[in-house]
Amino acid sequence: MLREFKQSILIALWFVFLTFPLMVVRVNTIENVVVWRWENILWVAIGAFALSYCWRYMLARRQRQNKKAEEGIDTRGPLQAALDNVELRNRAMAVLLTLALIFPLVFDTYQTNIMVTALIFVVLGLGLNIGVGLAGLLDLGYVAFFGVGAYTYAILNANFDMGFWIVLPIGGVLGCLFGVVLGFPILRLRGDYLAIVTLGFGMIFKVVMENWETLSQGPSGIANIDRPGLFGIEMTLAQSTVYIYYIMIALVVLTIIVTNRLKNSRVGRAWIALREDEIACVAMGIDMARTKLSAYALGAFWAGMVGVLFAAKTTFINPAGFTFMQSAIILSIVVLGGMGSILGVILGAFILVLLPEYLRAFSEYRMLVFGAAMTLMMIFRPQGLISNLRQIYQYKGSKDKAAHDG
Amino acid sequence: MDIEYFLELFFSGLTRGSIYALIALGYTMVYGIIQLINFAHGEIYMIGAFVALIVAGVCTIYGLSGFAILILAAAIAIMYAAAYGYTLEKIAYRPLRGSPRLSPLISAIGMSIFLQNYVLLAQTPDYLPFPRLIPDFSFMDPVAHIIGSAELVILVTTLVTMVLLTLLIKKTRVGKAMRATQQDLSMARLVGVNVDRVISLTFVIGSVLAAIGGVLVASYIGQVNFYIGFLAGVKAFTAAVLGGIGSIPGAVLGGLIIGWSESFAAGYFSSDYEDILTFVLLVVILIVRPAGILGKVRKQKV
Repeated sequence: MLREFKQSILIALWFVFLTFPLMVVRVNTIENVVVWRWENILWVAIGAFALSYCWRYMLARRQRQNKKAEEGIDTRGPLQAALDNVELRNRAMAVLLTLALIFPLVFDTYQTNIMVTALIFVVLGLGLNIGVGLAGLLDLGYVAFFGVGAYTYAILNANFDMGFWIVLPIGGVLGCLFGVVLGFPILRLRGDYLAIVTLGFGMIFKVVMENWETLSQGPSGIANIDRPGLFGIEMTLAQSTVYIYYIMIALVVLTIIVTNRLKNSRVGRAWIALREDEIACVAMGIDMARTKLSAYALGAFWAGMVGVLFAAKTTFINPAGFTFMQSAIILSIVVLGGMGSILGVILGAFILVLLPEYLRAFSEYRMLVFGAAMTLMMIFRPQGLISNLRQIYQYKGSKDKAAHDG
Repeated sequence: MDIEYFLELFFSGLTRGSIYALIALGYTMVYGIIQLINFAHGEIYMIGAFVALIVAGVCTIYGLSGFAILILAAAIAIMYAAAYGYTLEKIAYRPLRGSPRLSPLISAIGMSIFLQNYVLLAQTPDYLPFPRLIPDFSFMDPVAHIIGSAELVILVTTLVTMVLLTLLIKKTRVGKAMRATQQDLSMARLVGVNVDRVISLTFVIGSVLAAIGGVLVASYIGQVNFYIGFLAGVKAFTAAVLGGIGSIPGAVLGGLIIGWSESFAAGYFSSDYEDILTFVLLVVILIVRPAGILGKVRKQKV
């Protein structure tokens, strides 16, 4: 007890020292004023003291759980156990879908609009999940494919007056194409190089869009993009929002069905095998380049499609909307929700989009919390909030092995 | 082809390149030992620059100025960067030793975002001017239009730092332990090297180098904000890959190549695409020679 107390005191002092210049002093070299915020010392000390206890507790807990898992004891919580039950899960999905369908009838345009944003991120998360979660390819420039889709629609709409429904598949295919073109040369690389190159691609996209004025109208962006049409019927803003909402629901359902089918297909199993062990995978005769490329391109396809929809929803896009921060948010959706888990990604998207939206005071701290959450999730719960269904295959002795055949 | 213009670009590229090299060393050393891209390294560099700005700012506001203040600011910045690097390793990477490769990388990205926003919230989103503390040396006057005093200070500091680093790694016991850990971590542990301490030390050394780079760049370019670490970090990482990751001379060479290519491209063509030149270079090098210029091509054994 006393030892822990002493340790926590030391940790608190260390953090007070660490944060002193940045938290206490605020210097403005433009107006030449210094503000001393001494009260912050107290907050840092109390915070670090309390958190050090949590940290120790969590580490001990993690150790206990790892030990239990080694001994084959079920460590799943009640929620996870319920979600692993396929029948229960299907019923929950049906209820969720019904709720989603009646949502715009109950709530106003503002709420519906926020929901559309959340759904866009659901699709983005599911798309990135193919690469990161299933195939283990870390993509840090994912937003570029989203941007490709958005700009495809914006440019085709502004110059050739093409409609939403024609461009929707074009955007997807173009995103896919970019995925292949970019993916092809870099697939030989190991995972961490891939991360840097994709990060670079994300930045290249933004800089090109900022500077290629004739194509993209530069940093000022493209405005007055048409909303999706419905057989030429004139719609008010509110009606149009509801219409977009239903398109988005359809897109989400489509994405879920396709990724779910893919996950259990031949190529899906190849992705997961590749994630687990590349060398063993190649030795088993799996074409590594093609498998990786398909994961990469399929992920990009969804981003391209939903990009078209994003442009149609906001009616205005500019390069500033496609930054690394967006990629980081999509990545944290996947990490937080659970890599490889479809339900987890959906939950992650809702948490990460809706929480800052409804807790306005919190939105300033959004990225701070996301960053910390990414690290903490990796340490304490690498499988995410809802872990992948596939992970429950385990040998439980001959008695009840039939019970887990799902 | 104006020779003076060429020389000016040459020296400005050399200056930039040597700073990239300083940061790249941190990436390459950490990667060499634990095969992790320390994504938050750029943020350590930014924190170093910011702490130096705070110290120098407070001093100038209270009426102190001059070269000595720069030394003081640099010393405090180095101390803090080292402390941040050490803490970062302890919190975000050590608990993840032995987990799948993607986990520490995501953890590092998380820490990078966290530190950026920490500085943003604790300080300011604006660019803050860094006080001018490097004086114009009078003996530099005849060549001042080609190479400035600040550039000279940067070049000399970088050179001294690198010589010291080489001595540390090649001649001391600690350096030997580091080299042993880099070659084979578990074997080093078997022969009695305290591997955990070596890893901590690697982070501290890398952070010190980054902080030196941060202070130099802040006083050279003259402004600092919370976002400078990101781009500099990515470029420095590219430099490390370009030269062959894990190789110390490679990091220096890579840094210089990137510095020069940026400087010449901006000087002779256009600076619009300056920031992405690095990435184009990176993609090309990774396709042509994934191990980097000075890197060893290692066979993968099963």
